This record gives sequence, structure tokens and C-alpha cells, in this order.
Amino acid sequence: MSIRPRTPSLFRPHQPIDQNVLKENRKLIEAIDRRGVLRGTLTLGALTLLTGCDVSEEPAVQSALRAVSAWNDGVQSLLFRKNHLAPTFSPSQVVKPARFNAYYDIADVRPVDGASWKLELAGRIADKRPWTAQQIYQLPEQELIIKHICVEGWDYIGQWSGPNLRAFLERVGADLSAKYVYFICNDDYTESIDMATALHPQTILATKYAGEKLADPFGFPMRLRTSTKLGYKNAKWIKAIEVTNDFRETFWSKQGFNWFAGI
Amino acid sequence: MSTLAVKSRAPEIAPKPARLHPLPLRIMHWINAVAVFIMIGSGWKIYNDDVILGWLHFPDWIVIGKWAQYGLQWHFFGMWIFVLNGIAYLGYSIATGRFRQKLFPITLRELFATVGDALRFRLTHDDLTVYNAVQKILYLGVILVGILIVMTGLCLWKPVQFSELAALFGNFQIIRIVHFLCMAAIVGFIAVHVTLALLVPQSLVAMITGGPVLHAKPALVARPVPAVDPVPAVEPAAPVPAQPTPIEPTPDSNP
Repeated sequence: MSIRPRTPSLFRPHQPIDQNVLKENRKLIEAIDRRGVLRGTLTLGALTLLTGCDVSEEPAVQSALRAVSAWNDGVQSLLFRKNHLAPTFSPSQVVKPARFNAYYDIADVRPVDGASWKLELAGRIADKRPWTAQQIYQLPEQELIIKHICVEGWDYIGQWSGPNLRAFLERVGADLSAKYVYFICNDDYTESIDMATALHPQTILATKYAGEKLADPFGFPMRLRTSTKLGYKNAKWIKAIEVTNDFRETFWSKQGFNWFAGI
Repeated sequence: MSTLAVKSRAPEIAPKPARLHPLPLRIMHWINAVAVFIMIGSGWKIYNDDVILGWLHFPDWIVIGKWAQYGLQWHFFGMWIFVLNGIAYLGYSIATGRFRQKLFPITLRELFATVGDALRFRLTHDDLTVYNAVQKILYLGVILVGILIVMTGLCLWKPVQFSELAALFGNFQIIRIVHFLCMAAIVGFIAVHVTLALLVPQSLVAMITGGPVLHAKPALVARPVPAVDPVPAVEPAAPVPAQPTPIEPTPDSNP
């Protein structure tokens, strides 16, 4: 199948931040010194360099910025309209194939074996028996033709179908008053969403794209698709779902991306 | 004489004299400067991850935030300062009548006159308290762009929650472009604004110290009273009766 590989994406592994920054800055400072530019003056340019490279990583600044980000999580959950539907589109507008993105290259996708795959359930769920792919396929399907919006700024219209998450959680006797639904993925990715989003009518466990079984790069056999979150919240290759009241940082939130990431 | 004495004592009793830029306004101006600096620098970082114009990629040394997440963190921190300060500014300027006084009315005739003066290099900035038509339009325009950039920003942040507002602009990519163009307009405004502030340094000083004291009637300018100069014959200070007295200055010159 022809899948368009992404040009530079932030969802690629970066070098461990600390060492890189030290190296970069040393070079930068030397360069400034050598040219004798900006020395002793706090010009606008120097201020930009300062802000751009150093300040965000200062522990005090970073913890302040993360505190604001956490505050923004709260604001976003207040702004969230529980039953407000995202715009939907017609099948003719669907982009095929879907657009790939992950924290690694498409060539590095490790396909999941559908025959041996099982969905594990954990936490505040009454019936924790694991599910096979066949069992999931037998559940009633819901189709969503919605926009996928990436934090980077690009978007595309996709056609996803699979069981509604709310219906699934009700079926397995999950505690719907719990705070979070947490997803653990086959590629060690983790993601979690607030319960209000999990119960939103446009949140599904997608098993199909454009009417066909999900291809490996897009989360086969099962992924999350919700119309009210940025792309990175939509965990792919889900292998376990946990319903919990404990907040845990997720793959991207650990690195400083906003946790709620609502749209 | 007695009136003079009263006048000089007045400031001690009465509240401080009104200045061109009252203290709250100056504070809001500089808070805004910082907020806009953060928003533009971090916005450029966010832009770089999915450029709108293929040839335009903001260099690393000019953006705020080394990694994407830092750019986003700064942007969603700066937005609070920009929006809250902006609301305070709009509320203040409407409540105190500053908008009405400074920015209105803008007449077409005044605009032509200003542009004409500017083209002939006759534009003066002797009086900081009165804005010419071009200034009025630029200030009003940048305020409107500021409102538009916040609205499009809200639509980019929450295209689903604010889907009704977002629908007014069009699809997500159109909103991005409008947001981007608003940024470009603000950058253009800042270039002109800062250049002119540096060319007319007293205007920059005024935004720090408050500038000239305003008198009761805002239309009247705080023109310095001509010094005790014996020969400023052209000054309007000498009205009709002064005409037949050409001898007057001489006794002063050699007492």
C-alpha cells in the first residue's frame, strides 16, 4: 500500500534533552563570544536567544510553565461541552490512506498479531475478562467521518468505525464516575483521557478505516478515535484499558505537552 | 499674581495632574509588549512544525522554545497575559473615554491631510497628545487585529468546542492562515511603531514617564509658555493693543 511518509515530525524521538542543550548552548555562547557581538548588552536578540534556548528548560521556569499547562487542563475541562458534536464530513472527503504519525518512523512500526492479540482490562471495571479481536469485531459499530487535527497544525478527514467507547465501558461494568480512562499500547505508548471525553458520543474504539480493517501503521487491531482531542491523544495498537481515579503522566505529557489536549 | 500662587499649590491638594499616558495605561502597554513578544516568538515555533508558506521557516535563534512543547507552553501561558491585559485595556479605554478622545473621529479629509503632510515630510510630532489620522487608523486597526487574532486563536485551540465561531471563518487551515496574517499585521505594526518611537524619542519617554500634563480641556495642548524673550514679535501673545508699542522692549534691555 502506498503510504506517504511524513517529513520532519515532532513525533520523532529526540535526543535526551539535557545533554543536547548543554552542547548546543556551549556552541552558541562560543559563537557569540568569538564575534564579540551582543557582549555586555542585553539586546532584543540576546533576550530571544536566552528565552529560546535556556529559559524554558530552567527547572523553575519549566515547572511554572507546566503549572500553567495543568491550569489549562482544568480550563479545558470546564469548556468541554459533553454532548456537543464535532463537525462530520461526507465519505467523498475522506483521505486515503490515513496520515501516519507516531513518535517514530513508519518503517519502524511493529505490527501486532491479530490472532494472538488480547485486550486486557484493569482498574475500576467489573468484568475484567480479556477480549479477542474477534469478540471486538462482533460488537455494534459506529462510524465517524471526522477531522484529525495534529498539534503541529495539519489536519485531514478520516473515516473510522468500531465500537462506541461509552457502550463498551458500560458493557464491561466500568465505573463511569471514575476520572480517567488510561490506554497502554503495544509500542510502549501511553495515553489517557478524562471520563467526560470517554463518554462523548463521538469517542470510539476504531477497528476500521474507510470500511476496511485498520492497516498496521494506523493501529491494527484497535485504536482510540475521539473527535474532541488532538491527534496524539488517540492511542494506537491498544493492548490494555484501565479505568482509574489516579492521574498518571502519559507519553507526551511527560515531555511537556499539554495533557488534556482538547479541541 | 494670586491666581498663580493658587495654581502652583493646586497639585498638592487636587489629585495628580492628568498626563498623556496615565499610569494604568503605561503598565498595560508594557505588559502587552511582553505578552506580544512571548506570543509571536512562541507562535513562530509552533508555525515551524507545519509551515504555511513553504519558503518561510523561522530560524531557531529567533523563536521562543527550543522544542515544540516549549513553544506551545509559552504560547498557552502568554495567551492569558495577552487576553486578560487586553480586556483590561479595552475596558479602561472605553470607561475613561480615552478611545473616544484619542481615536475618534477619523475623517477622510484629515486622513488625506496627514498623508499629504507625511509625503512632503511636513508631519510634526511636536504635540504628542493629539494623534493624526494615520496614527488613529493604525492604533484602531491594530486593536481590531488583536481582537481577531484572539478569536482565531480560540478557534485553533478549540475548533470543536467553539465550532460555531470556527464555522464563521471556514475550515481549520483557513483559520490558521487568518491567525498567521494577523500576526504578520501586528509584526508590521510593531516595526512602524518602534521605528517611529525611536525617531521621536519623547514619545518613548512619554510611555515611561507619562508624558506631558494634560489640561482640563483635552483639545487644548500644553504648549510651553514663551520664555521671557524680548523679541518674539510674531507670538500671538501680543494681541491688538500691543501694535502701537514698538518702544516697549527697549527699556528692558538696558535698565
